[in-house]
Amino acid sequence: MDKPHMNSLQTYQLAAGHRGKALFTGVDLSYEGGALIALVGVNGSGKSTLLRCLAGLHPPLSGAVKVNDRMVHALDARERARTVSVVMPGRISALLDVRGAVALGRQPWTGYFGRLGVNDQQAVNDALQLTGITHLADRSLASLSDGEHQLMTIARAIAQDTPIVLLDEPTAFLDVVNRIVVVRRLALLARELGRIILFSTHDLQVAVDHADGLLLLQGGNALAGAPNDVLGSEAMRNAFSLEGLQFDPVARCFR
Amino acid sequence: MRLRWPGSLLLLLLASAALLFLGLLLGPIAIAPSQVAQAVFQFDGSSEARIVREVRLPTVVTAWIAGAGLAVAGLLMQTLFRNPLAGPSVLGVSSGSALGVSVVLLLQPWWALVPGISELALLVAAAAGGIGVLVLMLLADRRMGDTTTLLIVGLMVGYLCSAAISVLQVGSAAGPLKGFVQWGMGTFSSVHLQRLPWLVIPVLIALAMAILLVKPLNALLLGVDQAATLGTDVNRTRRHILWTAGMLASVITAFCGPIAFLGLATPHLARAVVRSGDHALLMPVSLLLGGALAVGCDLVMRLPGVDGTLPLNAITSLLGAPVVLWLLLRRDQWTSRT
Repeated sequence: MDKPHMNSLQTYQLAAGHRGKALFTGVDLSYEGGALIALVGVNGSGKSTLLRCLAGLHPPLSGAVKVNDRMVHALDARERARTVSVVMPGRISALLDVRGAVALGRQPWTGYFGRLGVNDQQAVNDALQLTGITHLADRSLASLSDGEHQLMTIARAIAQDTPIVLLDEPTAFLDVVNRIVVVRRLALLARELGRIILFSTHDLQVAVDHADGLLLLQGGNALAGAPNDVLGSEAMRNAFSLEGLQFDPVARCFR
Repeated sequence: MRLRWPGSLLLLLLASAALLFLGLLLGPIAIAPSQVAQAVFQFDGSSEARIVREVRLPTVVTAWIAGAGLAVAGLLMQTLFRNPLAGPSVLGVSSGSALGVSVVLLLQPWWALVPGISELALLVAAAAGGIGVLVLMLLADRRMGDTTTLLIVGLMVGYLCSAAISVLQVGSAAGPLKGFVQWGMGTFSSVHLQRLPWLVIPVLIALAMAILLVKPLNALLLGVDQAATLGTDVNRTRRHILWTAGMLASVITAFCGPIAFLGLATPHLARAVVRSGDHALLMPVSLLLGGALAVGCDLVMRLPGVDGTLPLNAITSLLGAPVVLWLLLRRDQWTSRT
């Protein structure tokens, strides 16, 4: 196999929005493998658009996204799917078992009919194990709790074997215990596999406790940095200071 | 007990073969099994052989092809629209075909001025109507790009076609009206041996196209957006599915009339058999099951005492409506957030 290298994700003066109207501009990011990044910001600040843009699914108004020195928006659909995996919000209602659903993550790597080879089977088994849901492999999707379902979608993204994993609000429908379980698992996966995992969330407390970096979208600008640096920033105070509420960076809660 | 590849397929192939043979064997005139086999493989021109070859063979082949095609069309629609109640008729394609047929049948006095109008015109009109609606749906799809809206547009187009047909019926003569009503009840026995390739070849091409769509169909189980992240060219896949399902539905409707429920119910029966949403298994099982069920329906029509007096659509509805009801009563696996 090729020599081990550090995965990387960079953006250069990235701007994106809808119908020519920018939600954010001038976003410069640089991340290296092994990092868990939490993307925060109020509703409508452009978190989902930024994620879709990083995934190559949404065209930027200007600027570029590079993964391991390749321009994401220049890749064809299959190459893109080998570079960035995405976990969209919501439950999957298909009549599949967990193993079958996770195996769909191998689609960018399989042939015309999607048959799994030995490598693919191995990748699925590894993903199930790394996510800690091997015992759920034969369960139907409908029988999973919300927390188990979320871990299944994460296992699918891990099986896809991409340097970048993006998750759109993976903790949105979870109770407080499952939120921590999921985010801890993401931190572990980022470190062990050397991948860059970026997730959007409204749960500042869990994000600050477990992420290596915080990425704040506020007023069309992005602020990236270590959680505590971002927490103490002016932008943070502006972002979450509606109705007299403020996020207390020391107590790590709203007051 | 869970049927798996290739056991379920082998079983269904055997069932299909047995039903096809029964279809050749049974009828108002008793013909020995050996004579049936001889008529198919060594045609000797006797009257028994002619009955088997020119009456029963086209009927069972038409039934099997139509059933297989409608089942696959239904499966494609259900996955594309992520809706268990989607079927070939939902896109409005069957209604478009019906409109085409009604134009030919009901406006016969006008067509009489054109020389050489034949049954073939009927088929061309049905296909034109079906594919016309399909092109409309493709344009709507490009404009709206979301499947729920498309489903509603399909239903509305269907209503519009039905309304247009009602208007055409008002001024039409009794003879043509009777022909149109008969076509509307559905039949597998109106295709002559010489015309059989016109049905079989397009359907086989579309079935082959459907089998080539197995991988992107599986990706679509996760939703359109998620499928795109797995490397599926979503717009192209959606177009291919629409063309394939539309071709199946309109060609079969042209020959057999708008057949109720077969396309809607068969994929659900297939899912109940294989207990998996994986199209690599579901597609061939739906195909074979659809063929077998349609031949079975045709056999019911030929039971002593029934003898073709029962319309085909009555039988498919008796089979299909309970399946849909059963679906509605245990919707758990479909209703959890899509």
